[in-house]
Amino acid sequence: MTAATSSYDDILTRFEPVIGLETHVELGTASKLFCGCSTTFGGEPNSQVCPTCLGLPGSLPVTNRLAVEHTIRIGLALHCTIAAWCRFARKNYFYPDMPKDYQISQYDEPLCTDGYLDVEVGGESVRVGIERVHLEEDTGKSLHVGGATGRIHGASHSLVDYNRAGIPLVEIVTRPVEGIGAEVAKAYVAELRDVLRSLGVSDVRMEQGSMRCDVNVSLRRPGAPYGTRTETKNLNSLRSVERAVRSEVERQAPLLEAGERIVQETRHFDESTGRSRPGRSKEEAQDYRYFPEPDLVPLAPAEEEVERIRATLPEAPSVVRRRLANEHGFSPLEMAQMSGAGVVDLVAETVAAGAPAGEARGWWLSYLAQKANESSVEPADLSVTPEQVARVVALVADGSLTNRMARQVVDGVLAGEGSPDEVVELRGLRVVGDDAALGAAVDDAIAAQPDVADKIRAGKVAAAGALVGAVMKATGGQAEAARVRELVLQRLGPA
Amino acid sequence: MNDLIRRTAAETAAAIADGEVSAVEVAQAHLDRIGEVDDKVHAFLHLAAETALQSARRVDERRAAGEPLGALAGVPVAVKDVFTTKGLPTTCGSRILDGWVPPYDATVVRRLADAGLVVLGKTNMDEFAMGSSTEHSAFGPTHNPWDLDRIPGGSGGGSAAAVAAFEAPLAVGTDTGGSIRQPAAVTGTVGAKPTYGGVSRYGIVALASSLDQAGPCARTVLDAALLHAMIGGHDPLDSTSIDAPVPPVVEAARRAGVSGLKVGVVRELSGAGYQPGVEQRFREAVALLEELGAEVREVSCPHFTYGLPAYYLILPSEASSNLARFDAMRYGLRVEDGLAGAEEVMARTREAGFGDEVKRRIILGTYALSSGYYDAYYGQAQRVRTLIGRDFRAAYELVDVLVSPATPVTAFRLGERVDDPLSMYLNDLCTIPANLDGGPALSVPCGVAPEDGLPVGLQVMAPALADDRCYRVAAALEAALADRWGSVLLDEAPAL
Repeated sequence: MTAATSSYDDILTRFEPVIGLETHVELGTASKLFCGCSTTFGGEPNSQVCPTCLGLPGSLPVTNRLAVEHTIRIGLALHCTIAAWCRFARKNYFYPDMPKDYQISQYDEPLCTDGYLDVEVGGESVRVGIERVHLEEDTGKSLHVGGATGRIHGASHSLVDYNRAGIPLVEIVTRPVEGIGAEVAKAYVAELRDVLRSLGVSDVRMEQGSMRCDVNVSLRRPGAPYGTRTETKNLNSLRSVERAVRSEVERQAPLLEAGERIVQETRHFDESTGRSRPGRSKEEAQDYRYFPEPDLVPLAPAEEEVERIRATLPEAPSVVRRRLANEHGFSPLEMAQMSGAGVVDLVAETVAAGAPAGEARGWWLSYLAQKANESSVEPADLSVTPEQVARVVALVADGSLTNRMARQVVDGVLAGEGSPDEVVELRGLRVVGDDAALGAAVDDAIAAQPDVADKIRAGKVAAAGALVGAVMKATGGQAEAARVRELVLQRLGPA
Repeated sequence: MNDLIRRTAAETAAAIADGEVSAVEVAQAHLDRIGEVDDKVHAFLHLAAETALQSARRVDERRAAGEPLGALAGVPVAVKDVFTTKGLPTTCGSRILDGWVPPYDATVVRRLADAGLVVLGKTNMDEFAMGSSTEHSAFGPTHNPWDLDRIPGGSGGGSAAAVAAFEAPLAVGTDTGGSIRQPAAVTGTVGAKPTYGGVSRYGIVALASSLDQAGPCARTVLDAALLHAMIGGHDPLDSTSIDAPVPPVVEAARRAGVSGLKVGVVRELSGAGYQPGVEQRFREAVALLEELGAEVREVSCPHFTYGLPAYYLILPSEASSNLARFDAMRYGLRVEDGLAGAEEVMARTREAGFGDEVKRRIILGTYALSSGYYDAYYGQAQRVRTLIGRDFRAAYELVDVLVSPATPVTAFRLGERVDDPLSMYLNDLCTIPANLDGGPALSVPCGVAPEDGLPVGLQVMAPALADDRCYRVAAALEAALADRWGSVLLDEAPAL
């Protein structure tokens, strides 16, 4: 335990943290929220723009229906009430990366309200209240050129890429969560990520920014009213969310104990130092002059439509986890590992395709997790399906492949060489299962190392390993080690 | 005067279809007329002579090839400079857009081109459509063809003047609080504001999005109806566009009967502030409608009185937001000499690029939307808007259409009101309620005021999507007055 950690725990004996989270999620629609431009990540700057997302004079927005449907889907998964009628609003402020100098967002009429998400903290279920879920457009991205830091200070000029302008964002705002602190923040974001992933509405890649969190933190003495809060912006990993809360608690507590006041402000978290620095003070905050967006007709999702969406909701990840744990005997720790690695669904599907639970879990948590990590993608994005993993597991189980060969088969599938069976064929991977051929190899090995053979005959069974190794080498690894050992012991056996 | 420019759009289209004249001859005649009179009228900001002749040639080629032509194919049209036109400057009468050439056409402009109309150029307007005289154009005012020392109305004074001066038989404008109807009234032309959502707003540089509506300007009711039918109809690019067929305006303009129609005279749109000659011509026109078989009665719309103040909160609020995008970052004017940051460039560009009236309304709107004031100003204005809508609904329980003078006074002198915003705003007293409600309204000439010899317009208003009723009443009145006068009113205009 570091000093900072103990200081954090120590603070929690005197103060109660109150935290709130605002999460922005980029929806995975093919086109932008108010025009037909592509949302593909990584295009040439300003190649995915049109009069509408550039905010050219005269252009008008038209709402992307799928984005609305996705937002409703999120609201329903979070047990929210879906508004029968609501409007977009304009949030007015000047900024170069904002094409219209207002953002189309939602203000006092969000699409979804009053929900909750249950998360597990230290084995206990905690209900995090969801205040609202609303839909809004993203802004463009500024690039500051000529400075050392890439920040606006010191830059000689700035460039703006509007490819991102107009990409649909869903903002999910929690109610204040009292008394728990960093663990609940992390658990909430992890659970929310699983829920969103299961809904198929976003790729929820925090490191790419398609899911980012702002965390509000305040401290109070137990039973006292809420203290002044700060908002730490744009956290893009689970680890950062947790660290940012801890660091903010540790920053605020000494100030409060010294009788100073907390300034209501936004703060920016620095990954490298683990500390945050102050940004804009809320006390000099802009007046956004919200008013209903007159260019768009109100959203009025029909009840049947909402019910249709509700009927297509997948099982909640927590339910899936409970079911998997019960059916397959996964421990809470194993569930947490799978959840953390984002492979719960994959394991479940692999099991459904016929693999034993332990094998399915093992593949996704170790070899495949490593492969995903190597190519910086999520396990779900690997080009191997749960069905294919189940097939590989089956080939090992029936003795057709060794574990080492199985990994080679998976490599082949990932390299696009075809299905597991095709890779087996293509790479000529097959356990030498023929006892006659194996027997000959064993006899050769015994003949080549008579001293070892003698030791085994004398009862030193452990020496068999040398002969097994020789046979494995002679067969190019395509033999099953256990069977080889059996044959060696049969011939020399004290057994 | 060349005969080709005095014809109606309907006559011109028929002559082109019959091969009596070519579209190129018609276009050339109008370009000649513009060359002859526009240095006096200043209706146009940008001429598109070359592309106009090209599109006219295409119409002639299509006709020669035996292809079917649209109802207005080959007819020249002037376009208010608030519509985006691909390849042709669009300034909205503002320095801040000086030099901007849009990369796309407004839906209305696209529909004109697709129907074979010939765009002559872009017409003058008050900056960003804020005004009732075109004196707020950054490029100098337009002059009324009836008297060059007088205003042609606004904001669409350029479009109305172009039509009145026989520079174009047709023009398209936009009407946020009367910018089509008031210029029509003071220039002796016909101008209509369709039902909100009846004509696409895509490509119209927005003034107040919840009020803006594009519509036709013409010399006859039938021509206006033909143009209305051409530009109207659903557009998937505008969410507020109504997904319903265009009301049968052309049929209504041709049928032109008011027998048995219930006509309501709005009590609140008369009296103090109204020029006697305007009221006199209006009363005579109403009497004529009664003679033609209409059932006339007076109707009270008590909340119309609050229309003007509500309008001057809603419009600036929306405008302050709509005009935020003119920030020098992507197009238009950019003042950056020696300036350090983007914020400074934005501020200085807006300072230099916007005129006083635009700044006045941006400041008003910014204030009205501010935290702590929103409910007292914007919120209250929206409640008034609801009440005005109820007045209309109640009136349409009793009558089929409502009528009033289109403007309280005839064309005033250039410079007379430009420094007095409130007296300028009063010009839109009669036209604003229809914008707040969203229903259709039209101004049709009903004579010249005895005291100054300047045209007076009668306004017809109808329930949403009953645009055809406006045309029916206007066409009946137009026909009866033409019988009485022996010619159209514009023949009275002093020749240029």
